[in-house]
Amino acid sequence: MTELTGWGRYPRHPSETISPLSPKAFSSLMASRTGLVARGNGRAYGDAAIGERVTLMARGLDRIRAFDQATGRIHVEAGVLLSDLLDIVVPKGFFPPVVPGTKFVTIGGMIASDVHGKNHHRDGGFGDHVESLTLALPDGVVVTCSRDENPELLSATIGGMGLTGTILDATFRLRPIETGWMRQTTTVANNLDGAIRALQETGSATYSVAWIDCLARGTSLGRSLIFAAEHATQRDLDYLRPDAKPYPPSKLGRLGVPLDLPSFTLNRLSVSAFNELYFRAGAVKSGYPFLVHWNPYFFPLDGVGNWNRIYGRRGFLQYQCVIPTAQAQPVLGSILERISRHGHASFLAVLKQLGAGHGDLSFPLEGFTLTLDLPVSDDVFPLLDELDRLVAEAGGRLYLAKDARQSPATFEAGYPGLSRFRDLRRAIGATGRISSRLSARLGI
Amino acid sequence: MTPSKTLLLVGGTSDIGRATALHYAQAGWQVQLAARNEEEARRNADDIRARTGAEVTVHRLDVLETDGFESFVGTLPALPDTVVCVVGELGDQAKGQADIAHASLVLRTNFEGPALLLGLLAERFLARGSGTLVGVSSVAGDRGRGSNYLYGAAKAGFTAFLSGLRNRLAPKGLRVVTVKPGFVRTQMTVGMKLPPVLTAEPGEVGRAIFTAAEKSSRDVIYVRPIWRPVMMAIGSIPERFFKRLRL
Repeated sequence: MTELTGWGRYPRHPSETISPLSPKAFSSLMASRTGLVARGNGRAYGDAAIGERVTLMARGLDRIRAFDQATGRIHVEAGVLLSDLLDIVVPKGFFPPVVPGTKFVTIGGMIASDVHGKNHHRDGGFGDHVESLTLALPDGVVVTCSRDENPELLSATIGGMGLTGTILDATFRLRPIETGWMRQTTTVANNLDGAIRALQETGSATYSVAWIDCLARGTSLGRSLIFAAEHATQRDLDYLRPDAKPYPPSKLGRLGVPLDLPSFTLNRLSVSAFNELYFRAGAVKSGYPFLVHWNPYFFPLDGVGNWNRIYGRRGFLQYQCVIPTAQAQPVLGSILERISRHGHASFLAVLKQLGAGHGDLSFPLEGFTLTLDLPVSDDVFPLLDELDRLVAEAGGRLYLAKDARQSPATFEAGYPGLSRFRDLRRAIGATGRISSRLSARLGI
Repeated sequence: MTPSKTLLLVGGTSDIGRATALHYAQAGWQVQLAARNEEEARRNADDIRARTGAEVTVHRLDVLETDGFESFVGTLPALPDTVVCVVGELGDQAKGQADIAHASLVLRTNFEGPALLLGLLAERFLARGSGTLVGVSSVAGDRGRGSNYLYGAAKAGFTAFLSGLRNRLAPKGLRVVTVKPGFVRTQMTVGMKLPPVLTAEPGEVGRAIFTAAEKSSRDVIYVRPIWRPVMMAIGSIPERFFKRLRL
């Protein structure tokens, strides 16, 4: 038995862990054990990748099976890390169609969580780009899922949190790029309304994201920096930085957090100072396009190893909700107000626009998604319950890959596709056999 | 451009084999992966091909089926420039003490098979006048210990075989390299508590093998240099004390 946690280090659960080294070993374990779920690199924040009894560690499935450099089509095993994939494909002039906020995730995890990126409003979630995948069903039978073969199973597996079976491998298309640089434009929004408008206006940009200073109050509530970006072309490079290499190395210096910091490190003052600095540094660059390396643009926190430790031993919760467009401004405003009033430190407050969703248990729906980090404390739970009510009333939902604490009622209100998903689980014999702490907590 | 060289990697499904083959492929070599389990070897071959663009072929080989060695070498698409044999089977010492079949499996897998195969390739290399033979042996072969002497004895035999082969081939300009990895974090050692300073990653072993075989003229290498004094110290303990140690 091992004690497992997600990236937020809350909650902690004991589980037996097994590390199968081949796809065959996976399917035979699936057939012989119950109460299990697969785990990629453990970057889901809460309890999604902790098996009720057994956790199958998928990192042994780390082979790239084919990479066609003419078409950009790549076939990889599910335990391949996105960071590994990037190191291989970027120098060849390709980029994954969708990347989440960290590159230390597995491809299997990206599908199971149907991760979205800063381009969801244009390109959809990662699952939308999966051409086919191989799934080990609860009885160990291995099936191919694509638009033509087992389409319902494919659809449910995208965003299905590993609860339809274990993803063994997947095929998808990469997008061609001319350089490894991003051409970024920063704009300033003085409040939430401005931020939402700015995100809508930058909707024509491939990538856009707003960083909110969530300690700003009153008329400045929701003041933000909006980072819009495109993959830089060779012409951009010639113009903006003629001496730069088109594909700079990705191995930048890494700063680590070796120990758990005491949680008082992150009091209101220190975060406030951090946000002030961040906001000013960004505002200075405002207005002019400039080049940044793909690594810090997409994965700013990956530069700090084990950053999850800055929140202390009790861990932290990442709260990510999406609110449909029509209600976004008032509801996100009350959420920010409550956070601000409560004085809970949040390093990260990220606002993004999402396009139409995929359905089933996939998170995105057309609207705006807000992400906050909150250290675990006794009074944070009632605060989040209050936020849940606002989200549910607005027809929004919470992201399962981040969740560690929502109630079954909140969950059911947010995911109308749930009963269909449950039916499918029953039909393939997954109910009771494939179960994570998350699925047990939420009654999936 | 010089035509690319070819590596034959025997033990193509092991972690060390995968890492070594990848290192050679990254350096522009073509790779022949030989393994008993072709399906597993194909996973590694695909991976190396996708990562490097190198030409990688898979060849079925069971080192216990020594009768098949001649035809195995005959069916290779080309006689390789370098052969690296990483085959190894730790086995279960306690089981081997009571079970002759298991003991025989450990001895044959670690000594007989690898030695006969490298011996055969050595003759082909001699006939051609060039070639490098690399055998992955073990520090366990430096001195027999109660906890793994079947494995250790077989590796000791393999080390002696490589030493003798080197002695014979050196005047003809052919190289034989003995590699002693020490502890390596692999499928073979999963779950064991290993001292970090003495434990190498598979990638480290792959790089050390490539450097030793292709970039230097060294004959016997310990992947982590610290193993040399460690094994010297272990080797210098008088037998009358050594036999009483629980090792």
